Parts: sequence; structure tokens; C-alpha cells
Amino acid sequence: MMLKIRDVHKRFENTDVLKGIDLDVEKGDVVAILGPSGSGKTTFLRCVNFLERADKGTINFDGITVDMPTATKQMIHTLRKKTAFVFQNYNLFQNKTVLQNVTLGLTAGLHMNKAEARDIAEDALRRVGMADKLTSYPVQLSGGQQQRVAIARGLASSPEIIYFDEPTSALDPELIGEVLAVMRRLAEEGMTMLVVTHEMEFARSVSSRVLFMEGGYVIESGPTAEFFQHPKTQRSQEFIHSLLSARE
Amino acid sequence: MALPFLSIPANIITNITESRLFGILWESLPRLLSYGIRVTVPLTIVSFILALLISVVVAMIQYADVKILRQICRFYIWVIRGTPLLVQLYLVFYGLPSVGITLDALPTAILVFGFNEGAYMAETMRGALQSVSVGQVEAGYCVGLNYIQIMWHIVLPQAFRTAFPALSNSLISMLKGTSMAATITVMEMFRQAQVINGRVYESLGLYTEVALIYLLFCTLLTWLQHKGEKKLASFGGTKK
Repeated sequence: MMLKIRDVHKRFENTDVLKGIDLDVEKGDVVAILGPSGSGKTTFLRCVNFLERADKGTINFDGITVDMPTATKQMIHTLRKKTAFVFQNYNLFQNKTVLQNVTLGLTAGLHMNKAEARDIAEDALRRVGMADKLTSYPVQLSGGQQQRVAIARGLASSPEIIYFDEPTSALDPELIGEVLAVMRRLAEEGMTMLVVTHEMEFARSVSSRVLFMEGGYVIESGPTAEFFQHPKTQRSQEFIHSLLSARE
Repeated sequence: MALPFLSIPANIITNITESRLFGILWESLPRLLSYGIRVTVPLTIVSFILALLISVVVAMIQYADVKILRQICRFYIWVIRGTPLLVQLYLVFYGLPSVGITLDALPTAILVFGFNEGAYMAETMRGALQSVSVGQVEAGYCVGLNYIQIMWHIVLPQAFRTAFPALSNSLISMLKGTSMAATITVMEMFRQAQVINGRVYESLGLYTEVALIYLLFCTLLTWLQHKGEKKLASFGGTKK
């Protein structure tokens, strides 16, 4: 087991957002985290990468166990080096070119020399089809292009897992396809991914497992085919049904 | 159109065309310019650099919310912004010697101008830092940067770009403000004009002349600001 997350709790002000979330991820898994808005999906993903501090819970990454509320900066830094995070609104560094966006983490974060970083960055940008925009600034790109650069930025550090936080939710409908295509290819190449998404078709055809959340709880968790064909709980049935009927 | 309080002498035209005035203005021009370039401009540059350093440090302490230092920064801004620049100059130059702290006029001017404008610029920088989206910092952490690297590579450059027009304002304001150094005996451009005027009594002509030189300097700075903004526009804000 590559990633073992246990009993994550998170409270904002007077609201319990997460009430004990468990998740196991095997190498090569693509886990889709589904659920209605406000179910805590994004908060859970942010807690896993310590962008929010969980109030309770443990995370075991490659055999290293960390207590989430008390993890030290050093420990968080070590874990983050094994992961990449793709944000809903891309968060490309606005003052850096496409190439610099990808190399910065390599040179400053991983202490690579510039030539080596450049090679890796160009390769990562080629994989997402953005190698022809090396000197562009983020504001000069479309949302889909920005998100693909953000994925390349994540890929460049050779992470063991990539977290995606609603990667297509901020995109115009006609730009969603290009980002999903990149993610689909990554999944086929065996990249381990944890994806918070509202794209049911993507979840159904790409993910290997589903984590269905609502109200801060895990309602159902299991292999994708099983979840979509034989949902175990009434709530998952309703959810799938509502999404399918919304599509018509 | 009778303006009883404004009495214009009938011989004004003849006065202005009088060659004595032009001679004086012509002769004092190189002298004023020379003091402007040798004293006013360097005084402005050095004070501005000091102010910039102070403002960045003070703004970053507040941005990072360093506990006790933050209180000190707020106190500094409160005091400096709440008291007149002229009073600050007098206090340091004429007041402090009585407690044994004696500074020369020029260093006093640099320190007071630097700390004074620094307080205003610190607020400019603080606002600019806060305007950088949290997502930029989070993305920085996620690609493995530490806090200092994130500040240096991402947050500060973006904040500086946002702050640039306001900082240019401060620079222009400071250039003119250096004329106040005349009150603590610094031999700068305006003090030179006063000295010349003391001998020839041509207040209107000489002070107009010195005002025009300040205007010239400020015009140059405005032009530089324009150039700088164009350069910075290559990222963020404006689409090409």
C-alpha cells in the first residue's frame, strides 16, 4: 500500500467538514473522489497535502507514518516532494514564463542545475502539448493551456502521486476535453492519481476506484465499475441517478 | 474684474523685460542645476533606497505576522504618519543634540526622509503583498519551495509590480520633499535659491526658476515610471 489515510477530521469554525475519512491508494491507482458540493472532497484533498491542517488523522506514505495535526514543517516538506498538486484555478506563477513555472521547483526546490531542469521541463511540457509556449506568460494562455502547464509543473518533479482538485471546474466547456485527455494519458501510463472531480464520464472511464463522500463522511468506496453498476447505498444510487438524468 | 486684494503694478511688463532679472536667472541656472544634480538627486536616491529597504522589511514582518515585531512596525507607522515631516527634521537635527546625539545635516536629512517615506511605502508594500493570491503561495509550497524562496521568487516580484505606480509616487514626492532639508541647513537646490535670493531680492523670478527645475526632474521621473510600467506589464494584468 502506497498511501494509507486514516480517520481524517477537520473543523472550520463551528462546522465539522470531515468526520473521519479513510482512504487506501495502491501504486497505479486512479481514485476519483466524488460527491455533491460541500461534501468535503476538496478539504480532504487539501488536508492530505497539508494545505489545510487536519484536526485529527494519520497519513502513511511509503511506510512513513505522520500524525496530521502535529506534522513538522520538515516532515510536510519531505512528503510534498513525493507529490504534486493541481489546483482548480491553476495557480501558475504569474510573474514567470511557462518554462520558468516548471523549472522553478526543480532548481530552487530540488537543487537541480539549470540545464538539467530545462531538459526535464521541456520534456514535461511536451507531454502535455505545451512545448511551443515556453516563453509565454500565464495571462497569455487560455485556461486549458494554463491547466496543462500546471500538470507539467507537477509532472516535472517525478512525483509518486498527483492530487487533482477539480482540475476542470474553472474551464470553459470547450477547454475541458484537452485537460481530461492529458489526465487520461497519464492514467494509462500508470501515474497514481487522486482526483476530486465532477466529471462523471471521466470518473467512470478512467478511474480505477471511487470514493463517494457526503456531509463529511465516506458513503461508499470501491472499484469504479462496481460503484457505477451496483451502488451499495441508497445515497450513491440517487447521486448517480441524478447525474445521469441531469445529463439528458 | 476688479480684484482689490491683487494689486498688479503697472510697470510689471517693463520689470520682467528688464535685463537685470534675466541676467540673474541666466547666471543662477547652472548653479541651481549643479546643486540639483549633485545634492538634490543623490539625496533623493539614497533616501529612497533607505525607504524602500525599510518598507519591504516592515511590510514583510506584518505579512508574515511576526508577533512582537509586528507591534513595533505598527507603532513606527503610527508615529511617523501622525507627525509632520518638518517637525521630525527639527526634532532630530535641533532636538537630539541636547541628549547627546548629534548628527550632521545631510545624514539627518537622509535618515528622516528615509524613515518618513518608508512608513508610507510600507503600507503600499503591505497592501501589494496582500493582493498576491494565496494560491500562488500554496502552489509554491506544492512544488517544494520553502517560505523564503516563495517570497523571493513569487510573492515579492508580484507585489512589487502592483506597488510600482504608488512607489513611483513616493519617489516623486520625496524628490520635492528634499527641499525641506533647507530648513536644517543642508545646501541643496532650494537652499541655493534662497541664498542667491538673499543677495539679489528676486523672489518671484528665482523661486519660479527653481520650481521649474523641480518640475523638470519630476517630469523625468514620470517618464521613467512610464518606461518601468511598460516593462513590468509583460507579465500579469495586461494581456498582449
